[in-house]
Amino acid sequence: MAITTAELADAVDTFAGRIHAAKEELTTLDSAIGDADHGINMDRGMSAVREILRELRQGDPGALFTQTGMKLISTVGGASGPLYGTFFLRLGTSLGETPEVTPRRLAEALRAGLEGVKARGKAELGDKTMVDAMTPAVEAFEAGADGDLTTALAAAATAAAGGRDRVTPVVARKGRASYLGERSAGHQDPGATSTTILFESLRDALAVTG
Amino acid sequence: MKKLINTPERLVDEELAGMALAHADLIRVEEPNIIVRRDAPRKGKVGVISGGGSGHEPMHGGFVGLGMLDAACPGAVFTSPVPDQMLAATKAVNGGVGVLHIVKNYTGDIMNFEIAAELAGAAGIEVKSVVMADDVAVKDSLWTAGRRGVGGTVLAEKIVGAAAEKNADLATLAALCQKVQDNVRSMGMALTSCTVPAAGKPTFEIGDDEMEIGVGIHGEPGRERRKLATADEITEALAVPIIDDLPFKRGDRVLAFVNGLGGTPLIELYVVYRKLAAILDGRGITIARNLVGSYITSLDMAGCSITLLRLDDELIRLWDAPVHTAALRW
Repeated sequence: MAITTAELADAVDTFAGRIHAAKEELTTLDSAIGDADHGINMDRGMSAVREILRELRQGDPGALFTQTGMKLISTVGGASGPLYGTFFLRLGTSLGETPEVTPRRLAEALRAGLEGVKARGKAELGDKTMVDAMTPAVEAFEAGADGDLTTALAAAATAAAGGRDRVTPVVARKGRASYLGERSAGHQDPGATSTTILFESLRDALAVTG
Repeated sequence: MKKLINTPERLVDEELAGMALAHADLIRVEEPNIIVRRDAPRKGKVGVISGGGSGHEPMHGGFVGLGMLDAACPGAVFTSPVPDQMLAATKAVNGGVGVLHIVKNYTGDIMNFEIAAELAGAAGIEVKSVVMADDVAVKDSLWTAGRRGVGGTVLAEKIVGAAAEKNADLATLAALCQKVQDNVRSMGMALTSCTVPAAGKPTFEIGDDEMEIGVGIHGEPGRERRKLATADEITEALAVPIIDDLPFKRGDRVLAFVNGLGGTPLIELYVVYRKLAAILDGRGITIARNLVGSYITSLDMAGCSITLLRLDDELIRLWDAPVHTAALRW
């Protein structure tokens, strides 16, 4: 069972739509421990991505994700731009010109994306960043990639949410939330939240129905 | 939200259009949203650029001109600019002898400038970057994003810009910028929140009898909330951690910079400066130069920051050198 470029483009579109819907929520979370712009910035970037999706659907998955990443780097700014941009760029580089993506290939690409985010942002597990949602999600998907795709995607989304919630009580050590010291504890991390939305979008867009 | 804004989406574009018209003798505004010194690039002169989110005006765009920056890259409000901007600015000011990036220490700024520097390097332009991180309110450690770049950045841009005007080379300018960073410390406080136009409401709620101590310049809450105090008490609460951190010692000569965060009138800043002068005098520290006004702001936030820079003859000479920009000129 391989995933087509069109299906992956649908997943990116779903992510864009859900970021737009969650714009206020993300910005509210960011107001508490950051600078009140995460939802606004991500929505600006994903809206720009949406404008080129129709064209990208026609190409290969590598180009889809590479162009998505470059568009995010050019339009988002802040920390989210380079981080999500790097994530999608690495996904694209990893998939290359593969016309059809198997779950195992997708797992490898997601791993490459995660490693890219960690290298660019220099954040580790437990720092209270998007890495805390992305790491368990990628690990869960890797664990299930040889089985049923729908089940593996569901496990990844659940793991992302679990990671997001696990660091809510933690004191942030990276990003703007780290400036607050102890006061960042008890607040849900906006980056981990948008990453959870990403994996929930993958789950819902790529799930095999029927 | 009551603001002189048409739409939040067009705010930065319309601001830049206004700046281009108001200061056509000093700057030009180019795509993708960069402010470039009118006579750039100048052959044989190192280009000095900086950038960051909008909402801190006059920083950085107001500092483009003779004796200061060659270009500035404004991002969306409180959002670091994108690499395309820094790459375009680097190319626009490249006089063939390299370009210095003055970067404030924020995760986003660091990453976007880093990507731009890599791309500029690939295009054959030598880039050096110096990171400003002077905010003592942030406890520095290997495990956090580190101290924020705040008021010290303004002083660094003036001093480095003066040296660049005299055709100092890239390595010398980077070392000079680092010297400013090593000798400058700041701390800020807020009486009110600010309102990010796209968000439409204040970033945080704060009571009439409360203040935030240790704020940055993005409306993020500070390290702690305290009961409101007098101007003298607040000045003391900011000055002492700054003095103790470097530490500034008896006999030191300093540049004392009292900065408004956007919503505080100058009349109050002078009250703070008066107390700061007394505190420094009491510790045997001489104010050799000063700057009082709103130069690095946080939109409409009421509050102030204090920055102290330890001076030597070289820094004094460069501070005194002519500067002609929209916001700073002598």
